[in-house]
Amino acid sequence: MIEIRSLEKYFGALQVLKGIDLTVEKGEVLSVIGASGSGKSTLLYCINGLEAIQKGSVVVDGTNVHAKGTDINKLRQKLGMVFQQWNSFPHLTALENVALAPRIVKGKSRTEARDIAERQLRHVGLDDKLNAYPSALSGGQQQRLAIARALAMEPTYMLFDEATSALDPELVGEVLDTMRLLAEEGMTMICVTHEMGFARDVSDRVAYFHQGVMEEIGPPEQIFGEAKSEHTRKFLANVR
Amino acid sequence: MFDYNFHWRPVMKSLPDLLEAGLLTLQVATLSMIIGIVIGLLLALSRMKKTGPAYWLATAWVELARNTPALFQLFFFGFGIGAFGIHLSPFAIVLAGLSFNCAGYLAENFRGGFQAIPDTQLRAARSLGMTAWQAHTRIIIPQVFRLVYHPITNQMVWAVLMSSLGMLVGFRELSGETQFFASRTFRIFEYFAVTAVIYYAIVKIVLGASRLLAMRLFRY
Repeated sequence: MIEIRSLEKYFGALQVLKGIDLTVEKGEVLSVIGASGSGKSTLLYCINGLEAIQKGSVVVDGTNVHAKGTDINKLRQKLGMVFQQWNSFPHLTALENVALAPRIVKGKSRTEARDIAERQLRHVGLDDKLNAYPSALSGGQQQRLAIARALAMEPTYMLFDEATSALDPELVGEVLDTMRLLAEEGMTMICVTHEMGFARDVSDRVAYFHQGVMEEIGPPEQIFGEAKSEHTRKFLANVR
Repeated sequence: MFDYNFHWRPVMKSLPDLLEAGLLTLQVATLSMIIGIVIGLLLALSRMKKTGPAYWLATAWVELARNTPALFQLFFFGFGIGAFGIHLSPFAIVLAGLSFNCAGYLAENFRGGFQAIPDTQLRAARSLGMTAWQAHTRIIIPQVFRLVYHPITNQMVWAVLMSSLGMLVGFRELSGETQFFASRTFRIFEYFAVTAVIYYAIVKIVLGASRLLAMRLFRY
């Protein structure tokens, strides 16, 4: 369970999160929507401790992410993350991209790590690209590689930061399909996304962020059908 | 009008000694590059911190190494610290001087390399649970090395040529050895002409080796 309480985050004088309260249960798929600059990506970075916070708390399975004594590297193994700019490691093959962290972070043997990597690459449909370098892969393939790399750490939660925003339109489908697959397998997911179709079809709940505030959260039918907030309705009218 | 008679025999007789001195040149240049790369990396990382004693020390090092003559840097390790009673062997003087110089130049190359790697690479590595050390050694530095590989090769060539300054602190590397024979036989032109060819060959070998190594290292 991820519990976020009164979370406040500043970049210098600019407040980007203005007191967020949010609980995500195991097995849930939560989509976070909202305009650029509304703080939704920053929220993800605060959950896995890539950004420091100024007020409030984030607790993952009983561990406070931002507390002093927390072993953040251990905690991050539970929190897989996929970035907008897929960030594959260009100097490593697809297989090495996925096998590296299990080996050096979790201490798996070379053979074990290789098995895990092969399994995860098959999982995302890249089993014919094991020895390819990222430069030889399309954007969609690189993003699926990034998903496999995160999954190889056997995380409890997956955080997706606009995973399809940087992709060419014809490549968006394959990545969304992979995300759908994960959702069906019961993975707990927080997806910051501009894909309203995905948010509506796959999510258990949808949260709408507006200027650092979580304006509204609820089942997709409610957000997309009868949003209470004026801002939400306006935003959805514009993106459709 | 031109009555100089070339005498190549003495040069040919001392060719084995010259080639051996050439190996010494290659040796001191290679060692100084290894030391220079390690220190240069540390200097670059210190300089990117922007504050603290390490930043100031690194900045002073880079400024001195890049903006004073390499010869003076050699003299510092020879006569400079010699004045304080610390006497290094000629080999050690040249090694220290070249390492100091290479580290300063390489630090700036490395710094440029680090800045060219998007910081999202570091974030991606850390998000997988890697420590800062693991993320740097496994993800960032290998990419930096590829970016600065050609500048490093240039610096290696420069180290080979710069080591000729060693003859001024009594080190009998290739130039020192040449000077020694030339002054004994007064066949100055012949000796230095042959030595120039040997330097040329050494540099070509260095460049060839560098190209082969690059093909092995950088498959992507």
